[in-house]
Amino acid sequence: MTKKNPQGEVWIFAEQQDGKLNDVALELCGKARALADVLGVKVGAVLPGYQVAGLAPTLFAHGVDRVYLVDDPNLRYFTSSPYAFVMETLIDKYAPQIVLYGATPLGRDFGPRVASAIRAGLTADCVELEIGDVVDAKTKEEYKNLLYQIRPAFGGNIVATIVNPERWPQMATVREGVFPKQEPDATRGGEIVEEKIALDPSLLCVEVLERMVQERTVDLKGARIVVSGGAGVGSKENFQLIRDLADALGGAVGASRAAVNCGYIGAEHMVGQTGVTVRPALYIAIGISGAIQHIAGMQDSAKIIAINSDPKAPIFSIARYGIVGDLNQIVPWLIKAVRERPTE
Amino acid sequence: MASYNSIVLVKQVPDTSRISGDAMNSDGTIKRSALPAIFNPEDLCALEAALEVKDRFGGTVTVVSMGPPKAADVLRECLYRGADRAILVTDRAAAGSDTLATSYILSQAVKTVGNFDFVFCGRQAIDGDTAQTGPQCAEKLGIPQVAYLLEIIDVKDGKATLKRSIGDGWEIVRTTLPALVTVVRDANEPRPCSSIRVMRNKHKRVPAEVQDPAALAPEDRLEQWSLADIDADLDRCGFAGSPTKVHKVTSIVLKTEGHTSIEATEEGVRALVAELVKDRALA
Repeated sequence: MTKKNPQGEVWIFAEQQDGKLNDVALELCGKARALADVLGVKVGAVLPGYQVAGLAPTLFAHGVDRVYLVDDPNLRYFTSSPYAFVMETLIDKYAPQIVLYGATPLGRDFGPRVASAIRAGLTADCVELEIGDVVDAKTKEEYKNLLYQIRPAFGGNIVATIVNPERWPQMATVREGVFPKQEPDATRGGEIVEEKIALDPSLLCVEVLERMVQERTVDLKGARIVVSGGAGVGSKENFQLIRDLADALGGAVGASRAAVNCGYIGAEHMVGQTGVTVRPALYIAIGISGAIQHIAGMQDSAKIIAINSDPKAPIFSIARYGIVGDLNQIVPWLIKAVRERPTE
Repeated sequence: MASYNSIVLVKQVPDTSRISGDAMNSDGTIKRSALPAIFNPEDLCALEAALEVKDRFGGTVTVVSMGPPKAADVLRECLYRGADRAILVTDRAAAGSDTLATSYILSQAVKTVGNFDFVFCGRQAIDGDTAQTGPQCAEKLGIPQVAYLLEIIDVKDGKATLKRSIGDGWEIVRTTLPALVTVVRDANEPRPCSSIRVMRNKHKRVPAEVQDPAALAPEDRLEQWSLADIDADLDRCGFAGSPTKVHKVTSIVLKTEGHTSIEATEEGVRALVAELVKDRALA
């Protein structure tokens, strides 16, 4: 188990695929910078891959002080065991106090494996991270400068603050879009620490034979208008109404977790704590009751319109405009009104 | 001819897709009792993957769940759908386990079953969505993991060729066995229960489910294991084995500045669109 190290750095996992850093890694840089400034320590980024040294300046520009570069042909394509081993080895060597991962398919695959190996905690899908003190209710022992890992708890509109008082590093995953990407500062420099880590053949027991990466077809984060449907939409076929309204508005199609779980639409459309966080100019929630897990991902929208048949649905309490009624009537009216809208 | 034994990890969960107005209190908390307990959907896909391995290559399918006695419901369902053996790990000392402690307990159960080529589990459970327990079990078992299975392409010579999702695409990987595989919903269509298997297994109970365990006939008994039965170190289970602690829980007060109710009529909707155009919320 890793020793608690209050001078330890704040780390992020610098996820890249095919030599390109993903957005969430850069979003995490900004948050890590802010946390490290509170603690008075440096920000480190762990960058495994092959021929990826060229990514270091981007990480520096986004707030990283030190890039731990592990360049190895065996790390060209992600597989869980060697990536986890690299992380475990570096955590063991440098004892960072905090490690943040993007809650991407890749981060969610190997992050837990790292946590298990070093027997540390890993709090999934945090919506906020802060530094704070904790007094143990029983022992009265005070813990200074812990990482508050804040996430909605299943069970409604309740937010839980998770801490790891004893077992460090404190690790968390964060979904894309939760933290805004900070403006890069190209004049910021940093240090590249090259690490050679021997990968035992037993770690390389999964081979990637073929790989197909599709262009991302859903751009929720960049959309100015998002139209989302929930379980109230009722069927996969009826979800066409949501798409039609989004089309009419030139917006993106979103969905609540319930709608995804019901099979109405793919998970790439999910808005919320376990999906994408969006901040559009206009968000239209249709047949969505407003569980905190959804609200966490859209409450910062500039204007929210809620359409729901249940007047008591929590979504109305954050909506600028509310329409209580049958979405099967209201959405077609809305589509018509949008198509026929006056232009200024 | 080679055959392959699978162990499937399954969980009973509250049906979070049913969280609607009816299942919520006025303060926004969930009425848990209003949500039915169901078989975690992706765990059903994990079971199907294991049954597919059995159908194509031969072998056995053993199912393990951890939970309260009531979780035996999902084990019976596994037997109805084709599993050969089902085991419930239930112990008060397991309460309060986070994902690390849970994966420790499950990995001990898997080791106790022994003699396996595959461990299948759903990618994630719908009550927490963390997707951590599978990879953590793999680490504790010291075996490779392949996450987000879409298709079992082939199994031969002690290796499995699998297609997996990588979010914005897919990959075909080849792994040595034994391996742990997490399964996503798109992987397959779980087979229905067989009526013969329902008849044969519906009376089965774990001892903790019945008033008088001693009266349970051997043929009606489902296996029930305690933490001692799987040789688990109690310091690594439950609250003691969980590095993450809940520091505090706060309710959220949802509010917005100014709320306008729009009449649910065509005119009401038209007026709303006109206002949005005026505010430049619509391009």
